[in-house]
Amino acid sequence: MSEEKITFCKGGGCTAKLGAQALNRVLSLLPKGERDPDLLVGYSSRDDAAVYRLTDDIAFVQTLDFFPPMVSDPYTFGQIAAANALSDIYAMGGEVKTALNIVCFPEKWDLNILGEILRGGSEKVIEAGASLAGGHSIADADVKYGLSVTGIVHPDHIWQNNTGIPGDKLILTKALGVGILCTADRVSEAPLEGMKAAIRSMTTLNKEAALCCRNYGIHACTDVTGFSFLGHLHEMMDDGRLSCKVYSDQIPVLPGAAECADEFLLTAAAQRNRNHVGSFVRFEGIPFAMEEVLFDPQTSGGLLVAVGEKEAQGLLADLRAKGLPAAIVGEICEKEESGAEITVS
Amino acid sequence: MIQVNALGDACPIPVVKTKNAIKELHGAGIVETLVDNEIAVQNLTKMANQKGYGVKSEKLSEDQFRVTMEIKEGSVSAGEESAQETQECLVVPEGHKKNVVVAVTASVMGTGNDELGAVLIKGFLYALTQQDELPKTILFYNGGAQLTCEGSASLEDLKSLEALGVEILTCGTCLNYYKLSEKLAVGGVTNMYEITERLTKADLVVRP
Repeated sequence: MSEEKITFCKGGGCTAKLGAQALNRVLSLLPKGERDPDLLVGYSSRDDAAVYRLTDDIAFVQTLDFFPPMVSDPYTFGQIAAANALSDIYAMGGEVKTALNIVCFPEKWDLNILGEILRGGSEKVIEAGASLAGGHSIADADVKYGLSVTGIVHPDHIWQNNTGIPGDKLILTKALGVGILCTADRVSEAPLEGMKAAIRSMTTLNKEAALCCRNYGIHACTDVTGFSFLGHLHEMMDDGRLSCKVYSDQIPVLPGAAECADEFLLTAAAQRNRNHVGSFVRFEGIPFAMEEVLFDPQTSGGLLVAVGEKEAQGLLADLRAKGLPAAIVGEICEKEESGAEITVS
Repeated sequence: MIQVNALGDACPIPVVKTKNAIKELHGAGIVETLVDNEIAVQNLTKMANQKGYGVKSEKLSEDQFRVTMEIKEGSVSAGEESAQETQECLVVPEGHKKNVVVAVTASVMGTGNDELGAVLIKGFLYALTQQDELPKTILFYNGGAQLTCEGSASLEDLKSLEALGVEILTCGTCLNYYKLSEKLAVGGVTNMYEITERLTKADLVVRP
């Protein structure tokens, strides 16, 4: 079985996402049925999950996420895939209730590998306080795993990604660079410390971060995943309604990620992200490696939150007290006619 | 010269293979890398620009691209300026070339009759492909953005200019404005800062 384990990881996680550009083209052509007024968040908003109102007090939040392995250990992969899928519910301000496994697995492989993946996943579902309620499996040439997750949220307290207010501070709850480090690891060039930190980060649920945020007036929230910090930040700018400044010296970065970027151990997904949102970004004297970190696709990345300036320090202190590497990484501004949407200085 | 076959390899393997080949050169030389997708071309080009190597790329077929890097003695530590020099050396071997930037600001050439203007701009872009001295960059903005998108009569000419090492850049704001973001068919997307930089650093700006 050891031979098969070598091919277990072919470069996955959120780096395996289809490019936003290609995806938007297809999605924009889909027929749209009659609009249901109770579908509060759907396709049209490009948010993290769908939200459907059942009563005045309860809406359910639905999301689905799965991908190929980005690490070589099946158990760790299961934990990461589950943490990543659960994150979308937290990013909407919701509470996780049930999860279903989605798995693709080669028929001839050792079933113990599958067992390890599912063990990692179910541990994270339990940690989230949710119930694993079933699943679906397919025999396939390559391994893929993830969850379909359902949660609940109060219809008046949904955190959308594009509802920030000028003057808000932007808080990021996890360090960036997991895409670069996992890519470097595939060619055995990732520093051990960096890879360990990346795995710790990816297996950490966004549960604590979301709980901290609930005590404050969050204006907008998303989780940073495949489209990179800048890609998701661009979505928060609500199609040009807002602009923002990013404090590059405040961005938390995993150890070794910048060094690997300087060795050009870059993903295709990061370049696709650059092609997609690069024209909205102005870099003011930013080193090449930092640019790459900001375009780096994250698997199971942190929450990116917009919160009023007066509350930002309090929230930051709470997040840090939970041991999260959170930082105030920027601020939302009024739209400037002549300026860039995102200025990184 | 060392040839690297990175067909079928996912990023970052093409970059890793190319870096190994450059090490094997033990100094100056040329490394040619074959890849099967444009993103890999862009990642290789990014590396070459950072390292100060001369670089050009050609599209050989739908799924085959050749990226050629010229490594000069000591160019590993060289700055951006020598990168531009070597890049020009590759395009026009015999020496000193001016940094010519063409700014295409409308979908037509000249004022008067737009039907005629459309014929003229097509003729101009074709004639550019036939020049001994090619421009370094062609910028497309405002109405010019339509010329790099699907449906433009100049796509073939622009693609061959790009294959000859000419940088083709279209203004992203303009693409969005004309709702052409999904239709860009040649070259890259740029912003006002790059456009301004290309224009102010040019020796000569040609506006058809």
